Amino acid sequence: MDDASQCKNFWIQGGLVRFNQFSKSSDITPQAVYAQRRDWLKQMAAGAAGLSMAAWASREAWAQTPSDVVGRPGKLAPLTGAVSRVSGANTMEKITTYADASSYNNFYEFGTDKSDPAKYAHTLQTKPWTVEVEGLVKKPGHFDLDALLKLSPMEERIYRLRCVEGWSMVIPWVGYSLAELIKRVEPLGSAKYVEFISQADPKTMPGVRSRVLDWPYVEGLRMDEAMHPLTLLSFGMYGEVLPNQNGAPVRLVVPWKYGFKSAKSLVKIRFVEKQPVNSWGRSAPQEYGFYSNVNPNVNHPRWSQATERRIGEDGLFAKKRKTLMFNGYEAQVGQLYAGMDLSKLY
Amino acid sequence: MKAAFRHILQHRRVKLVLWLLCLWPCAWLVWGATNEALGANPAEYLIRATGDWTLRMLCLTLAVTPLRVMLGWPELARLRRLLGLFTYFYVVLHVLCYSGLDMGFEWGDIAADIVKRPFIMVGFTAFVLLTPLAFTSFNRAIRWLGAKRWQWLHRLVYAVAVLAVLHFFWMRAGKNNFAEVFVYASVLSVLLLFRLKHAKQEKT
Repeated sequence: MDDASQCKNFWIQGGLVRFNQFSKSSDITPQAVYAQRRDWLKQMAAGAAGLSMAAWASREAWAQTPSDVVGRPGKLAPLTGAVSRVSGANTMEKITTYADASSYNNFYEFGTDKSDPAKYAHTLQTKPWTVEVEGLVKKPGHFDLDALLKLSPMEERIYRLRCVEGWSMVIPWVGYSLAELIKRVEPLGSAKYVEFISQADPKTMPGVRSRVLDWPYVEGLRMDEAMHPLTLLSFGMYGEVLPNQNGAPVRLVVPWKYGFKSAKSLVKIRFVEKQPVNSWGRSAPQEYGFYSNVNPNVNHPRWSQATERRIGEDGLFAKKRKTLMFNGYEAQVGQLYAGMDLSKLY
Repeated sequence: MKAAFRHILQHRRVKLVLWLLCLWPCAWLVWGATNEALGANPAEYLIRATGDWTLRMLCLTLAVTPLRVMLGWPELARLRRLLGLFTYFYVVLHVLCYSGLDMGFEWGDIAADIVKRPFIMVGFTAFVLLTPLAFTSFNRAIRWLGAKRWQWLHRLVYAVAVLAVLHFFWMRAGKNNFAEVFVYASVLSVLLLFRLKHAKQEKT
């Protein structure tokens, strides 16, 4: 069963329970109904995903967005959107806490330790912010952040995030499909790839002064990958604008690829004919391929990719969970790679 | 000043104090793990921290003899075994954390992992080489083996130092992040070079 039909299922169940509850609300709720409701909730809570499922069910009953359910952390300006209708965009898994998602980050522009971005990213200047779109397009141009924010309606999507290092999270993002932007700039027929370039300011980003990578950070997608509805141009998470350490003010989120493919703090999007050389591919080509699709069958040279640890959920002594092909988005994106040897084009 | 230090080193409580100091990181990690104070990925934190403390203890252990000779403080010698055993204590914790928290005690997977991945192979070799040293650390072992043979066996620690740095280097290589590796490599190089120089001087 895919995510969308599960959602519908819970919508109906949740709705019935609510209906039951309300149809009796003029009286004192009869014990039978009360017990039934409690049993149902208990069953939900006992389910594989535990309490979060129950929260999910009630969310669907009220058409609540992810940020309504998990609650906004109240740290940054609100940024919400409608529940996304894109297939696969609403995983039912338990959402990682905001504290973990905003304190355990790889963002080398602020240091190589995963606690560095949260410590040092406050210096990042996100206002004013402009994203330059250039290369093989009919309508190149500079988009300031406000223009980008208004370009298409915001959606909330819950994606699994699988880091190449073997850990994962579940994050409610806010944004819209990158395809919306791509359509508006009208790529030429010769544009085969899209290159994404992140901010690299040594004054505000202390890591840029180190030579861990060649700056600026560069990532790339094939045109069909970039146009895929799951490829998200994200401006927020947990119902608020992105924290700096998570790639404010605008980043890419490509849920079926290892996290490093989702470039943060974008300043340039370039349409090109040849496959771009991404930063990690340049730095360690034997370890990081251009595609970097999540693939449990292709190991990193220094560790296995068959399993992963879900941050904040899998206990210290729990076995790690199995990593899914394309991070569980095979139904949505598998056809993009039909006929390709993924052990060579990793 | 020097006399005062040496006097303190002779105190019978010094070993107890050092023992407690060496146990402190472990106690902190246990506290952190049970109080969710090790960040978003406590398993990774524990594996890395126990590795770091192994390297630190190894540096301290190997610093005893050079310091003893250069400062002329023979009292330091009696602390060497304690530090060496704590090096082994932390490497055992490191191996246990890796085997348990990362590999779920799946021995088949662990064996495959050791063979397949050079950096784990190197680290595991260092652990294996350190094991006979820990088990022959007591006084009677010196008598059983004979001082000469015992000394030769315990020179394995130099190989362990090289392998440990290589293990750390390889682990960080994927991210080109060598600052800390460089610190440990420098400290251990100085400590090993001192021995080379010293050995030459003794021959001439």
